[in-house]
Amino acid sequence: MSGHIVPQKTYFTIFAILIGLTVLTTWVASVHIEPPWNTWVALAIAVCKATLVILFFMHVKYTSNLTRIAVVAGFFWLAILLTLTLSDILTRTWIPPSTAWQTTTVVSPR
Amino acid sequence: MSEHQATSGVLDPLAHQFDDLEQQHEASYFGMWIFLATEIMFFGGMFAGYTIYRHEYFSAFEAGSRLLDWRFGAANTAVLICSSLTMALAVRAAQMGQRKALITFLLLTIVLGMAFLGIKFTFEWTRDWHEHIVPGINFAPQGETLKQLQDAKVALPHVELFMFFYFAMTGFHALHMIVGIGLLTVLTIMANQGRFSPQRFNPVEGSGLYWHFVDIVWIFLFPLLYLIGGTH
Amino acid sequence: MSTTTLEPSIESRVHYLNVSYGIKSWLLTTDHKRIALLYLVSITLMFFVGGSAAVLMRLHLIEPTGALVEPETYNKLFSMHGIIMIFFFLIPSIPATLGNFLVPMMIGARDLAFPRVNLLSWYVYIVGALLTLSGIIAGGVDTGWTFYPPYSSNYSHTHVMLVAFGVFVSGFSSILTGFNFIVTIHKMRAPGLTWFRLPLFIWAMYATSVIQVLGTPVVAVTIALLALERLFHVGIFDPKLGGDPILFQHLFWFYSHPAVYIMILPGMGVVSELVTCFSRKRIFGYRIIAFSSVAIAVVGFLVWGHHMFVSGQSVYAGLIFSVLSFAVAIPSAIKVFNWTATLYKGSISYDAPMLYALGFIGLFTMGGVTGLFLASMAVDVHVHDTYFVIAHFHYIMVGGAVMAYLGGIHFWWPKITGRMYPDGWARFAALVIFVGFNLTFFPQYMLGYLGMPRRYAVYPPEFQVLNVMSSAGASILGIGYLIPLIYLTWSMRYGPLAGPNPWGAKGLEWQTPSPPPTENFEETPVVTEEAYAYSKEEA
Repeated sequence: MSGHIVPQKTYFTIFAILIGLTVLTTWVASVHIEPPWNTWVALAIAVCKATLVILFFMHVKYTSNLTRIAVVAGFFWLAILLTLTLSDILTRTWIPPSTAWQTTTVVSPR
Repeated sequence: MSEHQATSGVLDPLAHQFDDLEQQHEASYFGMWIFLATEIMFFGGMFAGYTIYRHEYFSAFEAGSRLLDWRFGAANTAVLICSSLTMALAVRAAQMGQRKALITFLLLTIVLGMAFLGIKFTFEWTRDWHEHIVPGINFAPQGETLKQLQDAKVALPHVELFMFFYFAMTGFHALHMIVGIGLLTVLTIMANQGRFSPQRFNPVEGSGLYWHFVDIVWIFLFPLLYLIGGTH
Repeated sequence: MSTTTLEPSIESRVHYLNVSYGIKSWLLTTDHKRIALLYLVSITLMFFVGGSAAVLMRLHLIEPTGALVEPETYNKLFSMHGIIMIFFFLIPSIPATLGNFLVPMMIGARDLAFPRVNLLSWYVYIVGALLTLSGIIAGGVDTGWTFYPPYSSNYSHTHVMLVAFGVFVSGFSSILTGFNFIVTIHKMRAPGLTWFRLPLFIWAMYATSVIQVLGTPVVAVTIALLALERLFHVGIFDPKLGGDPILFQHLFWFYSHPAVYIMILPGMGVVSELVTCFSRKRIFGYRIIAFSSVAIAVVGFLVWGHHMFVSGQSVYAGLIFSVLSFAVAIPSAIKVFNWTATLYKGSISYDAPMLYALGFIGLFTMGGVTGLFLASMAVDVHVHDTYFVIAHFHYIMVGGAVMAYLGGIHFWWPKITGRMYPDGWARFAALVIFVGFNLTFFPQYMLGYLGMPRRYAVYPPEFQVLNVMSSAGASILGIGYLIPLIYLTWSMRYGPLAGPNPWGAKGLEWQTPSPPPTENFEETPVVTEEAYAYSKEEA
């Protein structure tokens, strides 16, 4: 791995694509897209940019499977945090709060 | 790390716990990625909080995002992408033993990093301070800003929450940038002293990984903070 | 069974302890073995600080109206006990002492991948410990070790910032240790040492390190957000301003549940080593135990919501977390079955380390099954925040992790110090600890089931008998912990010299002299046999 030297041309190409994607994401934001799709489009572009940085600038394309697993693991664990937390947030309203207590006499606090 | 003299009098780049340079290099590269995994989780906690409140208070987040100037955000994104390029070129120069190119690219990266911080602190944060939208410190929107928020019919505390995430996330990001600039400065000094060679450039590569990671965080922060409400 | 070969004298041979003298050689060392000892001293100190808080609590709870301290002080005591024991004792205990000492040796390496990072991790730990201790001296916190807002952010007048900052800093020590182990285990194994020839202790340390690396940063950012909330009251966790206190709980428990696996997995690794050596048998189901360690680490990240069943979390999320919590018990149970199967028809000797291992197996199992009661939402609704929960986790943490830690310390003591401890005292102490532990914590299961809430400075009089039993047990347990402190310290100077392998155990660490030389091995060993290759003749 230490032997692999990425040609300068590759770096400049990736750089140009990254700038292009930045322009794209900014332009897309000016076009009205129905939420939540606007968010997903923005995230998709961001993921593309991040992937390019990871693969080329960070050399992950040229590295061992072990490192690739480590990279994926980091993002996967973040996905665990987001998914299971959202499983709470998004389902909180599925059961409306009970109103049964309203029919009983309320004891006023001392 | 114990360094023993090889016969030629040059310092041995191999640390004593490793068997060969390849093992040392692999350990260093893999190790840096493990560290970056911790950074993913660190920022991830804030992204999780952001996601939840954005779901709860989308209109307030949209209104809050409109308080930010997307042009500075876009400019900073471009600056960071440039700095990633120069950083990648610096690592390449180190790999090839090109000392002058290494120093040049490191310095360019530092300059671009400072440009990022300059734009953020002097243009964005100072302006936010003057507009009284810094949460917890002087959050009390007035004049045009207040009217803009009232027109959007959003609760001010929710907008304050957005601004909190803005400052917390870009703040921690900026903190990481400052650390990164510090690292690069040390590297530049070491490069100037001729401490790196094609056999021993792990610190440059490791710092490069760190720098690119901080760039990736910003790649996500830009659309999520600046572009919610569209550009106008 | 023990074959101590006397060496002429330890001092005539150079090893890691006598290779250099003076405080600088210790404070600036990069030798993983010395760093392990630095940690050993530090965490022992913290153990007794946290333990004194427990002593005061148990003394206080002899009387239903409270025998000793004001309720506000009691709140501070249980908070400090939890914070110190979890963050400054249990989490670093086996990884930073036994792990640091043994990981390079067990894989045939000269040191860890990043020795200076290792030293840094100890200094970071010390800074965190000093910050937290200053917080205690300044008056402590009364939020519980869980720091829940809005109390901790808006209402508590105690030193939340200082103590929380100490915890925040200590987290980085944990991350650095974990990251070092992962890289070392992947990249620096001796020739022939494939993954499935590794000692199970290494598998356990690897799984633990993965948790440390992926989980700790989340609690770090959570504490940071809590600090910002306490300073600036922006409302991130404050319902009055649109915030959600349950968000804090999600972020907090995302780490703190896997943290309990950080605390128990290393202990399980130790028990695997002890059970094979003292049954003189190959471990039963090596691969399954190895995989179960990894499974615990992974599935352990999916269950955190079981701490929040009654907090206001959605019932549907609760369902998911409950099912996953049942699932995470499976790999732990597999380990218990496999250890038992290893004991079966083994040639068992009851040296002190084995007594601790056997104690672990029984007590961990009891703690584990009560975890299943808690995982079931319908039961948890009744016993959440009662002494049932306290008994559950103390069975695992003290009956499990601490006993495994002591077992490991005793097992590897001759390797670490070159000396043997007095065996009779060691076995006696193990029994005292076992008896004291059960007397302390079994009544707490009953107290919790009967409804006594946790974190209460007073309780209804009908609970007094059980409380007094528990406090009596605690005093026995306390004495039990003091005894090893005394004889282990004594043995460092006066204990008989131990040879390279007093237990006749398998494992690369036993192929070196005791104490080992700084570079561990004269030549890098080449591994040709499976782990735990005890032959029938040795039985």
